[in-house]
Amino acid sequence: MQLSHHIILTGAALGATGALTAPAGAQTIDLTVNIPRLKVAEYHRPYVAIWLEPAGGTARTLSVWYDYDMKDNEGTKWLRDVRQWWRASGRGMKFPADGISGATRAPGPQKISFTAGRGAIGKLAPGQYTLVVEAAREVGGRELVRLPFAWPPKPGQTVSAAGKAELGAVSLSFRK
Amino acid sequence: MKKLLVRTIAAVALSASLATPALAHRQWMLPSATTFSGDDVWVTVDAAVSNDLFYFEHRPLRLDNVKAWAPDGSEVPLEHQSTAQYRSTFDVHLVQKGTYRIGSANDMLMGSYVLNGKTERLPRGTTKETLAKAIPAGATNVQTSESTNRNELYVTVGEPTAAIFKPASKGIELVPVTHPNDLVAGEAATFQFLLDGKPAADLPVTVIPGGIRYRDQLNQMDLKTGADGKVSITWPAAGMYWVNVTTPRPARGNAEEGKASAPTAMPARRASYVTTLEVMAP
Repeated sequence: MQLSHHIILTGAALGATGALTAPAGAQTIDLTVNIPRLKVAEYHRPYVAIWLEPAGGTARTLSVWYDYDMKDNEGTKWLRDVRQWWRASGRGMKFPADGISGATRAPGPQKISFTAGRGAIGKLAPGQYTLVVEAAREVGGRELVRLPFAWPPKPGQTVSAAGKAELGAVSLSFRK
Repeated sequence: MKKLLVRTIAAVALSASLATPALAHRQWMLPSATTFSGDDVWVTVDAAVSNDLFYFEHRPLRLDNVKAWAPDGSEVPLEHQSTAQYRSTFDVHLVQKGTYRIGSANDMLMGSYVLNGKTERLPRGTTKETLAKAIPAGATNVQTSESTNRNELYVTVGEPTAAIFKPASKGIELVPVTHPNDLVAGEAATFQFLLDGKPAADLPVTVIPGGIRYRDQLNQMDLKTGADGKVSITWPAAGMYWVNVTTPRPARGNAEEGKASAPTAMPARRASYVTTLEVMAP
């Protein structure tokens, strides 16, 4: 799964993000997004956007799962349907976005990790944050789940929430 | 019977000559969407004149004067144009990122003069430029009323931009305080309206949500621009809204048929503005 997320990292992006190994003791955020298995006649994996809202600050997109590998970049046509993310951050971005664009994911628990100070998440100043997960499905619905947390996190802290239709349980945990 | 028919024709001719055509009908353009992502983006637009919004069931909107401008200000073509019984349609290929403007601004000059004791109307299609030629020698008591009717849409690929809102300083124009492609239900949006380039104070602003056919009430919001030409609109729900701003019309209620439209009752400058705005769900 991590492989598909990183698959479109280019040489330039590798250079820009610097060393791929995290500095010793760097704080890592593990996110689990449960994509529900739905009994529908026509099922498409949802587009999912994951972003971080610092209290009073600018939203940062961390990851977008979409049909990034379609001919002529056609999969970007429906990015705007992930509508709160599109307004908060997506509409100002170029796609594919290095280190952010990834393939859509199958139903089940999907994991992704972000390490503070590395890649799209960048450095996190102490303060309040909300991690937002929004899913929009072709010929289906849309749902958004918000996970507020304080930075730096307390050891062993977890944050969880759940959607009702397009997202199942979504949880965050933190590790060094 | 014949007499009745003649009278009917006369009445029709009279009402056709009234200075406020299609008062009861609303003209509108409806875009397929106003917010776009992607690299090869097209918007398709329906354009019509009808009572109810947004149903094409009366007349097509003529596309002769409709144009489109890209975010960099350059004019871009209307493609796949067609005018059918009840509606016109066209597409615009949105090649650039940013906000496009699509619309028309029609100028009309109406008026009258007195020649040999008889009041004559200025011919249809008279403009400021042809006015001198349209008035014969010896005419007196020349009255004119100039009107500019603007009908515009805004659509955005990616991040909204503001370059295409540079005012032409003619008729009523919208200047965004809130960008018209950044509207969300439950939030207030503020727009400034200009009349001939200056803030248009005290103009009536009418806001009607689409979908009229499926409800009992019009749910019309009647607002007014402030001294600075600004108006704030809080969107009650997501959907497409028809927004109309006009210079106030003279009272028509108690005047006799025909007399109400006499040029003497007409203000010298009239203007109207129509747009369709899309409000997203939060």
